[in-house]
Amino acid sequence: MKFVKAKLLMVIGMLTWFFTGCSNPALSVVKPSGEVGKMQLNLIYLSTAIMTLVTVVVAVIYIYVVIRFRERPGDTHIPKQVEGSTVLEIVWTVIPIILLIILAVPTVSTTFQIEKRPAPSQHPVQINVTGYQYWWKFNYPQAGITTANEVHIPAGRPIEFVMQSHDVIHAFWVPSLGGKRDLEPGRMNRLILKADKPGTYEGKCTELCGASHALMNFRVIAHQTAEYDAWIRSMQKVNSQAKSVLAKEGQRLVGQNCIGCHAIRNGGYKVLGGKGPELTAFGQRTRIAGVLDNNPQNLRAWLQNPQNVKPGSRMPSFAHLEKKQIDALVEYLESLKGSSQ
Amino acid sequence: MTTIIVLLVFAMFLGGIFTGGYTSRYVKRMEESSIWGWITTVDHKRIGILYLISGGFFFAVGGLEALLIRIQLMFPNAKFLVGDEYNQILSMHGTTMIFLVAMPLLFALMNAVVPLQIGARDVAFPFLNALGFWMYFAGALLLNISWLFGGAPDAGWTSYASLALPDYSPGPGVNYYVLGLQISGIGTLMSGINFLVTIINMRAPGMSYLRLPMFTWATFVTSALILFAFPPLTAGLFMMMFDRLFGSNFFSVTGGGNVIIWEHIFWIFGHPEVYILVLPAFGVFSDVLSNFSKKRIFGYHSMVFALVLIGFLGFMVWLHHMFTVGLGDVANSVFAIATMAISVPTGIKVFNWLFTMWGGRLRFTTAMLYASGFIVTFVMGGVTGIMLAVPPADFQFHDSYFVVAHFHYVILGGTVFGILAGVYYWWPKMFGSLLNEKLGKWNFWTFFLGMHLTFFPQHFLGLFGMPRRVFTWSPGYRLELGNYLSTIGAFLMLIGVIFMVINVLLTLTKGAPAESDPWDGRTLEWTISSPPPEYNFAQLPLVRGVDAWWLEKMEGNEKMTPSEPLGAIHMPNASHLPFVMAVGLFISGFGFVFQTSEVGAIGLIVVIATLFIRSFQEDHGHHIEPLELSEKGVNH
Repeated sequence: MKFVKAKLLMVIGMLTWFFTGCSNPALSVVKPSGEVGKMQLNLIYLSTAIMTLVTVVVAVIYIYVVIRFRERPGDTHIPKQVEGSTVLEIVWTVIPIILLIILAVPTVSTTFQIEKRPAPSQHPVQINVTGYQYWWKFNYPQAGITTANEVHIPAGRPIEFVMQSHDVIHAFWVPSLGGKRDLEPGRMNRLILKADKPGTYEGKCTELCGASHALMNFRVIAHQTAEYDAWIRSMQKVNSQAKSVLAKEGQRLVGQNCIGCHAIRNGGYKVLGGKGPELTAFGQRTRIAGVLDNNPQNLRAWLQNPQNVKPGSRMPSFAHLEKKQIDALVEYLESLKGSSQ
Repeated sequence: MTTIIVLLVFAMFLGGIFTGGYTSRYVKRMEESSIWGWITTVDHKRIGILYLISGGFFFAVGGLEALLIRIQLMFPNAKFLVGDEYNQILSMHGTTMIFLVAMPLLFALMNAVVPLQIGARDVAFPFLNALGFWMYFAGALLLNISWLFGGAPDAGWTSYASLALPDYSPGPGVNYYVLGLQISGIGTLMSGINFLVTIINMRAPGMSYLRLPMFTWATFVTSALILFAFPPLTAGLFMMMFDRLFGSNFFSVTGGGNVIIWEHIFWIFGHPEVYILVLPAFGVFSDVLSNFSKKRIFGYHSMVFALVLIGFLGFMVWLHHMFTVGLGDVANSVFAIATMAISVPTGIKVFNWLFTMWGGRLRFTTAMLYASGFIVTFVMGGVTGIMLAVPPADFQFHDSYFVVAHFHYVILGGTVFGILAGVYYWWPKMFGSLLNEKLGKWNFWTFFLGMHLTFFPQHFLGLFGMPRRVFTWSPGYRLELGNYLSTIGAFLMLIGVIFMVINVLLTLTKGAPAESDPWDGRTLEWTISSPPPEYNFAQLPLVRGVDAWWLEKMEGNEKMTPSEPLGAIHMPNASHLPFVMAVGLFISGFGFVFQTSEVGAIGLIVVIATLFIRSFQEDHGHHIEPLELSEKGVNH
């Protein structure tokens, strides 16, 4: 009796905690903001319901048996040695099969449905995603722009993420929009997602990819269509020339220190590095390296000791630069914005 | 190499000092010492104890690693264990718990019990049995000394390419993984074959297949799974080894290889592996539930059929670990249905267990508590398994903490509870004394509640967007409470384990001696003394039905009817060759880890030399004569 009570108390406590402790809608399977995520959640609910039913049936029989057939003090009877019961065994073979069929039909139909490529009439947007240790490259082939760790999408239009990895296996997961898909070296993968409404959704790498796997984050920022088109134009017509004296010094230093790995478009550089994340319009990003909030102080910390922020990152430390030089770099990088026209 | 020679000389030196110096009788004295006895033993009961000790030791190591993980994850942005160090701990926790804890502890129970349950005097190949143990131990040691020399594996227990290839994991860590698992894996394969042959060939007269106790049936099916599942692992590990040590390109994309092939090979082994872990536990629970309900197992035939069916289907579902790889809607659907199908035989087993208890007289000893705690826990882990089989839902669950919760419910609630139930149940048969029931109950309740407190919240962590294998998480996403509770639960489990350790120490030092049949048992192991004599059965028993011993007791017989007259008993000779062979493999593995082929070759020469010696050795074993038996107090 005592342990049944303890178990009941525990279950009730857990359930209360589940229903009261709601998740953050920016990072949650149970509060999806996308069509795919909602379809998946429906299946999760259906399977949970069937499985709860099974668990409850087992629990009821179990609790009854444990209480009813406990050995009482002084009880020495020898129970009847039952061999089995064909009827009962058929019952608990057939009922699970029926339950599984109920689950299997929507499972298979949804499996096929979410892989279906959108029709051209739905104006899908293709975005090429490449995974690197430990950052994300997002390339818009139709618009000819590239960004890193933050992907802007139009709400209400299907997005086709065409994905590949540069090095090890990564996985692309935006819980609030829908399930994940692996990025593999040497193999193209496709994931179709849609955001129902504008907002910021958190993305994660979910396949162990090295020391900073935990910090390989990205953000999906969904806009109204008009706003999204404006963003695309501002990225296409970006001007990365420095405006202040300090920033001009920074621009020169980027040319000496950064441009071998990072690309900044329309900044007058002859080289556009491809090993690291593209920094065009860096000042508009919400985060540095997908981890720190984007502000001058954090950027300074990142430049001086990247390993402290993201262990195993390929980014070398620039602590050897003078403080003034770091200030100039920060000034220039933070001034990089999309064009305002 | 020099180090090894120095160590060897040092060991001989110590042996000399503590036994009376180097004299002409040195070798003889060494041979008579108890340590030498344990090293050279081929007795299945002693090998079972060796498995139990080493599995228990690595359980402590793996548990410590788990605690370090939970300490780091207790609060957001913690700096206790970050980056690659965390990945090493995480990889070794998984590898240790699966290969060095769960499997050997199950082998401990199989070794201790299966020959007794089928009325045999030993396993079919006692030499191979010892070799299997020593190879497992050599591999386990090799894996764990990685902490001291060069760093542990850091690519997860699944060791996916290309993260595990030298370009992305340049240290010796993954070499240890490849070679350690290879050596211990071949040991496991040997033991599996051994149990298959033992159960086919060594059953006592009258012990037909459909009279085998459930634990023996589970061992039989498990051994068949080992036979078919471990060769893919062996092949895969060889390819990975060649990629890492000799620059082949099986998995390297830049060299024309393919990273997905490793995932296929790994899971073609890996999924049957989870059934290898859980089926023996099913067997333990069947025996324990039947014993303490005082009833025969409900639906024996369908229980056997369900075991076989689960084992068979276990080979058809590996792709459900790879739904997110993007193999297409057809493949995903087929494997989803196959996976769901496994739940039918599993459901049959659960209901048969419930109806075994139904109408019985339930005695809640610690073993029984673990068995009944298993039923609820395993059902919770099983149903999340079916939820994971739904591919679109799996796209959300996969590689999140939901999966972590699921497989810990299954492996802890199934395998570990099974091992603990088995240890409490068969401890008197293994050691001749009973574990303390009061401490046992404390052990059960703290471990059971701790387990649920640790892993239940992790379902929600997964749904709230926490990926697995991350060394940290950010505040503000409602992950705080779950992670906090989970760590508290882990410490509660630690307390449970401490109770267990105290219990074992107390029992070993001043436990009351156990009778031959302390639980009013039903199967043959309870017909002989605790612990049994070297030869187990002076006369092989005649088996007349399922639950052979119970049958005799119900008819008022005080012992089994013997099936043969008392005669000389043929026993295998002890041998030091398995140990030497394992030492050779260890040296070889260690050499190859550091890519010094010379050392690797020396180790292999030792192995081949011992193989050669064994092949030409005339070892016919020895006989124990009836006269000696009567001196040892066996009644005619």
